[in-house]
Amino acid sequence: MAVLASSIATDTLQDYLAEQEEKPLLRFITCGSVDDGKSTLIGRLLYDTKLIFDDQLATLERDSARHGTAGETIDFALLLDGLEAEREQGITIDVAYRYFATGERRFIVADSPGHEEYTRNMATGASTADLAVLLVDARQGILRQTRRHAFIASLLGIRNIVLAVNKIDLVGYDEAVFGKIAEEFRAFAGGLGFATIAPIPISARHGDNVTANSAHMPWYAGPTLLGHLETVPLAGQDLGRPFRLPVQLVTRPDQDFRGFAGQVASGRIAVGNDIVVAKSGRTSKVKAIVTADGDLQAASEGQAVTIVLEDEIDISRGDMLAAPGDRPQLADQFMAHLVWFSAEPMMPGRSYILRTETDSMSATVTALKYQIDINSFSHEAAKSLHMNEIGVCNIATQSPVAFDSYKDNRTTGNFVLIDRLTNATVGAGMIDHPLRRATNVQWQALDIDQNARAGLKHQKPAVLWLTGYSGAGKSTIANMLEKLLHASGRHTYVLDGDNVRHGLNRDLGFTPEDRVENIRRIAEVARLMTQAGLIVIVSAISPFRSERRMARDLFADGEFIEVFVDTSLEECARRDPKGLYRKAMAGELENFTGISSPYEQPEEPEIHLKTAGHDPGELATQIAEYLGKR
Amino acid sequence: MSLTHLQRLEAEAIHIFREVAATSSRPVMLYSIGKDSSVMLHLARKAFYPAKPPFPLLHVDTTWKFREMIAFRDRTVSDLGLELIVHVNLDGLEQNIGPFSHGSSIHTHVMKTLGLRQALDKYGFDAAFGGARRDEEKSRAKERIFSFRNAQHAWDPKNQRPEMWKTYNTRVASGESIRVFPLSNWTELDIWQYILKEDIPIVPLYFADKRPIVERDGMMIMVDDERMQIAQGEKVEDRLVRFRTLGCYPLTGAIESDATTVPDIVREMLTARTSERQGRLIDKDEAGSMEKKKREGYF
Repeated sequence: MAVLASSIATDTLQDYLAEQEEKPLLRFITCGSVDDGKSTLIGRLLYDTKLIFDDQLATLERDSARHGTAGETIDFALLLDGLEAEREQGITIDVAYRYFATGERRFIVADSPGHEEYTRNMATGASTADLAVLLVDARQGILRQTRRHAFIASLLGIRNIVLAVNKIDLVGYDEAVFGKIAEEFRAFAGGLGFATIAPIPISARHGDNVTANSAHMPWYAGPTLLGHLETVPLAGQDLGRPFRLPVQLVTRPDQDFRGFAGQVASGRIAVGNDIVVAKSGRTSKVKAIVTADGDLQAASEGQAVTIVLEDEIDISRGDMLAAPGDRPQLADQFMAHLVWFSAEPMMPGRSYILRTETDSMSATVTALKYQIDINSFSHEAAKSLHMNEIGVCNIATQSPVAFDSYKDNRTTGNFVLIDRLTNATVGAGMIDHPLRRATNVQWQALDIDQNARAGLKHQKPAVLWLTGYSGAGKSTIANMLEKLLHASGRHTYVLDGDNVRHGLNRDLGFTPEDRVENIRRIAEVARLMTQAGLIVIVSAISPFRSERRMARDLFADGEFIEVFVDTSLEECARRDPKGLYRKAMAGELENFTGISSPYEQPEEPEIHLKTAGHDPGELATQIAEYLGKR
Repeated sequence: MSLTHLQRLEAEAIHIFREVAATSSRPVMLYSIGKDSSVMLHLARKAFYPAKPPFPLLHVDTTWKFREMIAFRDRTVSDLGLELIVHVNLDGLEQNIGPFSHGSSIHTHVMKTLGLRQALDKYGFDAAFGGARRDEEKSRAKERIFSFRNAQHAWDPKNQRPEMWKTYNTRVASGESIRVFPLSNWTELDIWQYILKEDIPIVPLYFADKRPIVERDGMMIMVDDERMQIAQGEKVEDRLVRFRTLGCYPLTGAIESDATTVPDIVREMLTARTSERQGRLIDKDEAGSMEKKKREGYF
């Protein structure tokens, strides 16, 4: 098992276990470029510390003969590469977690993949680590991936780094090669804020300087890798940090009990202490700290507890209990570093779901300030972030979030972005600071509201959102529909995609980024108009599902009516009222929907107009009838 | 005060339980009656104290579990006043699928994997807790704590959601679900030490006792009921054994041991030279067999 002990007397078992319990924990990752030997290193570490069971060793020997890349000898990487695809290709795709302990410490190690394609998996491992073992192939030196991983480790708050210069046997145990790589690394990593940088020359395959000093390198006087991992100073917990408890859920087993359950993210709290509720600013005192093992007098970082307060105040999941003298930030706009994971690029203006540890709401990236070049760490202007790119951006959320700067608190300063349609985790963020404009601009409450305005017009406001290819007949139908509604005394307005581009959206082109912003502005204007009590008819190609979804989310239930003007692409191209299809097909128009840019059909539109065989008047009547039935 | 190792693991698991309860519309806990399930149930009760866990337990019964397991299950549920759903794959039962007649692979696929899929679909569970640990097996070492399954219950190991910090993405579309593993970061030894520390009840089969044993395919199989036919040349012997893991009795090998208490077991663990899955026939086929089963919807 994880701890070797050949004979333990009965009476000392409890003492022995208690001692094991108290050992400090070090969480670390191995990272670096492909084929630098990360999985092999961990396999070697486990093997040398006799932490591999006999039956696992037998399996390993069998697998080495079949899949191994180490010739006659044992291929230690196969201990870690547990997925079939990994064994077939001889690469690591996802993080493997391993657990072991020595006389000094406990370890959780995350073996992370080296391929750029799987950067998201490396970031997954790094997000919970205290230390990174960055491997370099002595023959190759520092590569682009070495730099990327060093940068991501630093960005995610890892403060200790080991530069393991591997395969040193293949360069004849040459001190000069090692010295040169170590020097180059220090030169570029100096600015990354690491507390310790420890270069160690090793051979994972043969075990040099992994757990025992190497006879081949008398010139190296430093510790072995394991020796370093056992002794490197850990930051440890700073209980002086301000108290934070993100509320996970409200526990109400009966009417007499109301507790706020969560895991203390930082600091310490005791019965009788004052607390503030981050979102409302209400204050109270801690009445009890409840756990299944009895009430506690105090709780500190890492403990999962349920807190009962003296006063009945409204607190729900996503809020935070905090020290009144040192409160978290509360803002709906902030600046953050963002790592992008998705093959679908990040676009400013697009709506995502932002998830902090316990809170969740709609959010958009309002501005991509710059992208960071992995090689030079320089800032570069960019319009979008592609997979594995890192940028600094401003983010706006639909409602205020309670948070700290990531540098002050890794738990309350992080978030992920989730795609609204696929629910995939598309990016991870580290908050830098709130934006002033958010805190100074308050929402002004007005006495006359939408109901009052609509009441005067004797109508129920709505937005009819016509989507479809260029030339599908949207504008024609919109025009007929407005005439119909106008004639029956309705107050209406048509927002036409083309017309809007002459004024409000004159600065936007047809790239995917600009299309997203185009729709965002149209949706916001439509919202203002429905607030004014109008029935708004939007006629815009609006090719992307996620933007139509974003638009829908701005309105009350039932207020947004999606109308799919379904004319086939062939028919639109045949009609070609503006001559645009001809140009697009001749390659004279870039980003033309249906030809060189995608159209994502509505999945469940409220009205699906199949235009073939119907004239625009009939179709407009169909929409008017739908409106009349509401 | 810094947390001890077990306190850290406990707090992590409690946090996970609460995240699921707060964000899923219909969670369930897979209860397989073994030691890991016992620990998981104990943690679930702690997580929501003073309330009860806000989800039922689900046992996918292959009808080949040890009798003592079923007795323990029923006792536990009634003592704790919990809701238990028992699901049996009736199609499989009708076809008389069993480990002796059809072999471990077909039996496990039909009665366990398909049974589980049926149960999850039938009740519309969108999140299911399981007691799997990353130290059990190589493909499990790769799996996220929140492991996403598509509407066909399939796991796509090459395309797992990034899992950053403790900020879990618990969102699923209708029909999809997540498997959640609160014990991901526990080792077998952690489980036993926690059972010792918290005095958690476990099935008596984990303790050494004289049991009727037949040696078959290099494993010690216990004769638990009359469905087990004794072949010519085989003989039933009373031997002092215990089980390191529990499952269907014809597929679960016993180990020779005289450990009759939890401290005895911990001591045995500390010097063990083989892994716990060695006693499981269903994992032995080949290196990728667990991953393959998981891709088909096995837990």
